[in-house]
Amino acid sequence: MQKKRLANLITIAGILSVFISVPMAFAISDAYKGNIYQVGTLKPIDSVLKVKKGQPAPDFTLPSISDENISLGQYRGKKNVVLSFVPAAWTPVCSDQWPGYNIAKDIFEQNEAILLGITVDNVPTLYAWTNQMGKLWFHVLSDFWPHGGVAKKYGVLRSNGVSERALFVIDKKGIIRYIDVHDINKRPPLEDLAAALEKLKK
Amino acid sequence: MKKNLMSLTVMILLFSAFISPALAANKPPEKGETLPVINLPIPKNPDERNYLGLSGSGLFKIQQIKAKVVIIEIFSMYCPYCQKDAPGVNELYRLIENNPDIKNKIKLIGIGAGNSSYEVEVFKKTYNVPFPLFPDKDFTIHKVCGEVRTPYFMVVKINEDGTHQIVHNQLGNYPGAEPFLELVLKASGLK
Repeated sequence: MQKKRLANLITIAGILSVFISVPMAFAISDAYKGNIYQVGTLKPIDSVLKVKKGQPAPDFTLPSISDENISLGQYRGKKNVVLSFVPAAWTPVCSDQWPGYNIAKDIFEQNEAILLGITVDNVPTLYAWTNQMGKLWFHVLSDFWPHGGVAKKYGVLRSNGVSERALFVIDKKGIIRYIDVHDINKRPPLEDLAAALEKLKK
Repeated sequence: MKKNLMSLTVMILLFSAFISPALAANKPPEKGETLPVINLPIPKNPDERNYLGLSGSGLFKIQQIKAKVVIIEIFSMYCPYCQKDAPGVNELYRLIENNPDIKNKIKLIGIGAGNSSYEVEVFKKTYNVPFPLFPDKDFTIHKVCGEVRTPYFMVVKINEDGTHQIVHNQLGNYPGAEPFLELVLKASGLK
């Protein structure tokens, strides 16, 4: 009887703890008004990487929101490349990630790097969403069809069809030098990426 | 059965005691209220320390700033509107500093919600922000301020007796330096 009561109490405490859990921390810019869809707290990582540091980065070609097809290979021998996968347009943390990169252009330039922003959304959605961020200096690519094909190649496609919040730094030789598959609920600190770019010089 | 019901009631009461302060903290402080507890590090930069009328090191509270009115902007380097408004907010600082009647009465600070020191510095450098900015990397201050969207402005009046109250709150909609200064002067009674 006592055991049963204890079990009941544990169950009740379990249910209540769901409600009490600390809400996910993010600061939404007023730029998006009420248009951000609240996703709640998600499983931090939900995929298995298929690439490693020191390996050649799989090549790809994707359409950009400026109606160009962009290939990773076109930067070979010319620029270091940062791939920034974000899970989805119109969601809290993602909407507050690329606008920061947009004012950090000099950090990329100082390290002879360009940035490619990628999501699995289609081009019109990406166009409408990134328009709220002001004029972006970097390419925004759509990995919509075949759905999440590039994310899958890199092993950052989650089981629900969105990508991880992941950063890859690829050097001019096309070799992956840094990988940060970040907790999807949090924004990667800019200093970590800046340090990874600085390291390319060594 | 009755016992079970009793323990459930006790659990709910205990639970609500724990959760109610958290819920209260999720609401931005309103006009007429005092600020939540916000501890900021005393700036290492002597010019910034001097601007705020602070000395030494360690932590300080906003109401300890030597001023009659403090304007707080909760911003983020990742926020497009904060970026867009940055030159206009800098202009507000200059309007105040160039007016001898209000120069030592109104002070301006920014708090970078979810921003690390590095990220705050990127924002400061990009827009040449002339007033002190403080990082809030873990969203601690953002949480006690009701997890507001950014930019969010709070105007705090500091009274002679050391008490203080919020006299104006505003989410976004920054109207430009002159109209905003006018609003601050009226709301705080400086005019």
